[in-house]
Amino acid sequence: MSDIGNTGQAALAPEKDPSAAASGPPGGKRAREGAGATGGLLRRAGVVGGAVAVAIVVALLQSGSGLVVWQSVVTGLLMGGLYGLIAMGLTLIFGVLDIVNFAHGALLAVAMFIAFGVVQGTGLHPYLTLLVAVPALFLLGGLVHRGLLSGAGGGSLENQLLITLGLSLLLENGLLMFFGAEPKNVPLPGDFQFSLFGAVVSGARLYAFIGALALGGLLFWMLRHTRLGTSIRAVAANSEGARLVGINVTRIHTLTFAIGTACAGAAAVLAAPLVTVTPTLGEQFNITAFVVVVLGGMGNVAGALVGGLLIGLVEQLTTIYMNGQSSLLGVFVVFVVVLFLRPEGLFGRRAGDSS
Amino acid sequence: MTASTDGLLQVSGVGKAFRGLHALADVEFAVAEGEILGIIGPNGAGKTTLFNVVCGALAPDTGRVVLGGRDVTGAAPHRIARAGMVRTFQLMRPFGSMTVAENVGLAAQHERIPARKLRERSLEVVERVGLGPYAHRRATELPTAGLKRLELARALAMRPRVLLLDEVLAGLVPAEREPVLDLLADLREKDGTTLLFIEHIMAAVMRLADRVLVMDQGRVLAAGAPEEVTGDPRVIEAYLGEEPAAAEPRAAGEGADREDRTRADS
Amino acid sequence: MSGVTLAERPTDRPVKAPPLRPQNRQLLVLLTLLVVAIPLPLILPPAQGAVAVRILIFLLMAVGWNIMSGFGGMFSFGHAAYFGLGAYTSAYLLVEHGVSPWIGMLAGMAVAALVAVVIGYFAFRYKLRGAYFALATFAFAEMLRLIVTSTEFTNKAVGFTVPLIQGSSLSLIQFPADSHAYYWIALALAGAAVAVSIWFLHSRTGRYVTAIRDDELAASSLGTPVMRYRLVTVALSAAITAVAGAFYTQYYLFVNPDLAFGSAVSIQAIVTVVIGGIGTIWGPVVGAVIVGSLNDVTATLLRTPPDFLSFLQGRSGLDVVLYAILLVLIVRLLPKGIVGTILERRRR
Repeated sequence: MSDIGNTGQAALAPEKDPSAAASGPPGGKRAREGAGATGGLLRRAGVVGGAVAVAIVVALLQSGSGLVVWQSVVTGLLMGGLYGLIAMGLTLIFGVLDIVNFAHGALLAVAMFIAFGVVQGTGLHPYLTLLVAVPALFLLGGLVHRGLLSGAGGGSLENQLLITLGLSLLLENGLLMFFGAEPKNVPLPGDFQFSLFGAVVSGARLYAFIGALALGGLLFWMLRHTRLGTSIRAVAANSEGARLVGINVTRIHTLTFAIGTACAGAAAVLAAPLVTVTPTLGEQFNITAFVVVVLGGMGNVAGALVGGLLIGLVEQLTTIYMNGQSSLLGVFVVFVVVLFLRPEGLFGRRAGDSS
Repeated sequence: MTASTDGLLQVSGVGKAFRGLHALADVEFAVAEGEILGIIGPNGAGKTTLFNVVCGALAPDTGRVVLGGRDVTGAAPHRIARAGMVRTFQLMRPFGSMTVAENVGLAAQHERIPARKLRERSLEVVERVGLGPYAHRRATELPTAGLKRLELARALAMRPRVLLLDEVLAGLVPAEREPVLDLLADLREKDGTTLLFIEHIMAAVMRLADRVLVMDQGRVLAAGAPEEVTGDPRVIEAYLGEEPAAAEPRAAGEGADREDRTRADS
Repeated sequence: MSGVTLAERPTDRPVKAPPLRPQNRQLLVLLTLLVVAIPLPLILPPAQGAVAVRILIFLLMAVGWNIMSGFGGMFSFGHAAYFGLGAYTSAYLLVEHGVSPWIGMLAGMAVAALVAVVIGYFAFRYKLRGAYFALATFAFAEMLRLIVTSTEFTNKAVGFTVPLIQGSSLSLIQFPADSHAYYWIALALAGAAVAVSIWFLHSRTGRYVTAIRDDELAASSLGTPVMRYRLVTVALSAAITAVAGAFYTQYYLFVNPDLAFGSAVSIQAIVTVVIGGIGTIWGPVVGAVIVGSLNDVTATLLRTPPDFLSFLQGRSGLDVVLYAILLVLIVRLLPKGIVGTILERRRR
């Protein structure tokens, strides 16, 4: 898709065959709009803000209760923070490696079972399992990339989709085989609830939100201000060029994949007290994370966080529209609309579009 | 618009910008039936973009393209091709999973002729470009020179009135160029085909073209008979900016560079 | 695939095409396979009958998916949509209006094709490629699942149960459980689907579709109406997949949103073809036999597990684990699938 090496080479060829642009995804018109930089961004932020406001008003009319809507908004935003963290890992992997990781949700489920297992086995505080789950997922991610995705066999986009799909089936059903299908809980000791202007908020939800924002911020800072982060961004922008200035691209790819799955690991621990843990739970999160990634712009880490908050809202508001059913339906509607009308995402600049 | 009858193909005021960069600006020319028009210009002059716009791969921002009195501006590529204007690609674009004959047959398919005639026609064209022995081989097995001929063969199978050739000679060694040049001359003689060809090899342009269009930075710099145009100081200047007497040596050492571009394009 | 001897041939005479045109050869192979397959239920132990029918249902799905994703190069992650539409259309017509499932099957094909054309039109119109296309198809299938799950007239999450009749009826596609008729009907449908895919691949339409897959711009520059042939491809693909769904409902007498529209269905179709060989005629056949019997092998294994596997008794998931491993291995080691790799070797 947005092949990074491709852009570099085409730019080297003096009379670049513009037919490549003609057959590439979004037409030139849209690209030009994107060049209108910050003005366009502000305008789009306005449109999104307006749409959210309208959606909230409609929800108010539908439910007739301000409290219900307020509760949804609060719950939605809090959950959205977690979605953002999960999606950050996914979008990072896409932006740098061009891999759509279908196994992201399954890896998240693995991390949840690690958290569950550690809490069961040692009685550790759930949040302390971060110390186990995050390194474990980091390693697992690194192994997956080295073992399955790097090298010749992981070449084409379809192959990568298929490998990560196979991996997700493998992990999910592996968990099913060893832990069975019975749902499990990771209760948070000393959990409490409080009222935020009338909306009920549980401590676990608030901690998860704060933790997600903090970790997301940490990731963002790491990308901006560390040597590793600079290398990752260099590889994302132009892997050929990065290779020329002495960056070990394969190593960066592996590290990026590992960091991406570690994000899923962290999100899993934070989310564990909020959900019932089952082997197939990753699927739901995976779908939502994809939507968030597309919404925020594939490869756009900051966009993923904003997209997460939006999708958290959409999910909760859909529940109001549909009288409690199919919170995912609204998510998909948003997804399809964005996919068609703005495939580079709301805050978009796709990884390969930056030539 | 003044739909004058002397131009089979008329291009007027065509402009095309990519992100604010003018790839084509106010390009204007006409080609008469049976004429051979050479298009030259330094790299990045917009020659290939012009073909893309004329054949519908890209829609122009401004201007119009009229073929045989019919406005085809911005029409889908397949409509323009079926209307009789067919192009080849500078970077070869074979259908990799088909044989050479199937590649060629595809181009003749739209005429809805019976299967046997279709096969005969495609083999005939394959023979004509000298690919006969390779007819039932996979297109991907052809060497560069063969792929160039395949590009040509596919376009010929459409029986075009106007044929646009994008550097058909590039990547061929001099011995391989002769038969292609003969074939092009033959096309005009026997089939009455109108030809537009982008070419860096000046000798070929001088030999074949009735008229030459010189492009630079997206504009038509000069147009006229080959001898006139090559003596034009503006043209010489445009070329001096790049590499003097570029054409001949460039073509020979071009293999590697070209392959790079093929990859970048695919 | 002969006719490669070169320069010795006098070049002024056209080179002969291979003696038997490939489509005729493939149809001949299909005919042979069918002749061998027809008496199978009379020979096999009765328990294997169900496996055979399941293989044939997989085969139908796989042929459908392969036409769009293999021949057409449009990688679909949402074929559950068309399977489900086939299943639900025929089930709805039968349960609510007493319409024969044969007619329901045709209606399901039409509905699936129509939906595929609409989805396809937008996806192609907005030039969705690669990952975006895959995600879009996936999203549409999931949306259909959610819509069906929350809609009254499709019985929400409950789905449809086919009303049982006494005895057997061909027009209602219902027979005693141990009847061979299900197998023969499935065989006829699957055979027809393979025949259609052979015909399609070698038809002029198929050539256009292959050309568009290989190089869209080159194809359109040679007069191929890209949008039209893409839509034809997705419509045919969806229609065949819908047949699988409609037959599935009749065979298992029951369908619900997850069974019909769940992502597992899409994955099933993908895995089958990838293992067999994407874009080949026989890939779906080989893949269906492998994946279909894998389910049965693991089921037997788990019923009476050997000692080292005894902890797995009563646990589900092993079959999927096995085919997931197979999928990853095939993609890594034989990216063209089993059939594709064999063809490749033979050509050299």
